[in-house]
Amino acid sequence: MGRFLLVTIQVDMHDQLALALQEDLTSRIVKDGARGVLIDISSLEIVDSFIGRMLGTIASMSRMLDAETVLVGMQPAVAITMVELGLALPGVRTALDVDKGMEMLRSRIGPDGEMTGHDPDP
Amino acid sequence: MSTKSILPELVRRFEAEILNDWMREQRAAITLRADLLTDAELARQSAEFFAAFQAGLQGQDLGEITGPAWGTARDLLKEIARLRSRQGFSLSETATFVFSLKQPLFALCQRELEREAVLLVGELWTISVIIDKLGLFTAESALAAREEIIGRQQAELLELSTPVVKLWDKVLALPLIGTLDSNRTQVVMESLLQAIVDTGSSVAIIDITGVPTVDTLVAQHLMKTVSAARLMGADCIISGIRPAIAQSMVHLGVSFTEIVTKATLADALRHAFARTGVSVSRQAAG
Repeated sequence: MGRFLLVTIQVDMHDQLALALQEDLTSRIVKDGARGVLIDISSLEIVDSFIGRMLGTIASMSRMLDAETVLVGMQPAVAITMVELGLALPGVRTALDVDKGMEMLRSRIGPDGEMTGHDPDP
Repeated sequence: MSTKSILPELVRRFEAEILNDWMREQRAAITLRADLLTDAELARQSAEFFAAFQAGLQGQDLGEITGPAWGTARDLLKEIARLRSRQGFSLSETATFVFSLKQPLFALCQRELEREAVLLVGELWTISVIIDKLGLFTAESALAAREEIIGRQQAELLELSTPVVKLWDKVLALPLIGTLDSNRTQVVMESLLQAIVDTGSSVAIIDITGVPTVDTLVAQHLMKTVSAARLMGADCIISGIRPAIAQSMVHLGVSFTEIVTKATLADALRHAFARTGVSVSRQAAG
């Protein structure tokens, strides 16, 4: 039986918050036995090299804990900035929105996934 | 000029005659473009400029055309240069409008000052300096007007040549025509990404049949575009790779790592159908 984690990034991330998110997420993945992680960045309007790297790091960490990770909802301007910064995040799965992301996770993990919410504290 | 020039006085006394001679001079010139400018319009422009020319002569330093007395003349010349550029006059033809004023002025001075050689030479020099500067100013204005038109056309071309079309449900096509420089890449990326959001597409076919050469720079731009689309959950297929392009790319050591490439748009579409779970069957026509 697998579980999915949904991470919604809604506020501008600063260093400490990002580190806290990494901590929280990795321990939740292990504690819940999550098999899939959906990172929703549709509210992220500005991204810098720090955030870009952080997204890549989080995805790598989840993968290492054997959880399929999908990054969804990147805005066009953010995508362009990431590419210009050289942070194309190869190897990180992406989808246009949460629905498509869930579809992707289900097709890879199996239809029995329960949604558990996880919001980073502001 | 140490002694005060009598040019302003001379021009004022014989203004009708000078204007007539100048008009005659212009009409007889081979640079006259009767097909682009009517005689009435030419007469109007000449009269207006001549009045501004006289106003300029009233200033303190005759040869200093950047001064306030020459303000009206400068504005007028800029406007005429802009108009004529748009109408299709060459730079020389436009500048000749001003240069041709020398002849009637020279002829007049020769006639009125034939017994005063020193004075004559002085006045001829003054006329030369003024007209040359005004002529050059006109040529520069015409050039600036040309460059403005070119800049505007370039911007329009950029906009026109990057359409994104929806080929099928969830499949976009991006037919690229012309070379891909960093400016165009920016426009292409923005259009493509916005189209992905608007249509919810998961496959984008970038067709480069219309791209003349693909060198390492162009390849980099293409890969940037593909990476950006991928970050938004859409996979790209590059199609339309001509045999010559394939050869030159391999020789240059350029490779599209991990990107699906197809020779034709048809092949790319077939691949896109497979990716999006669409199957096509042939039935009897009609």
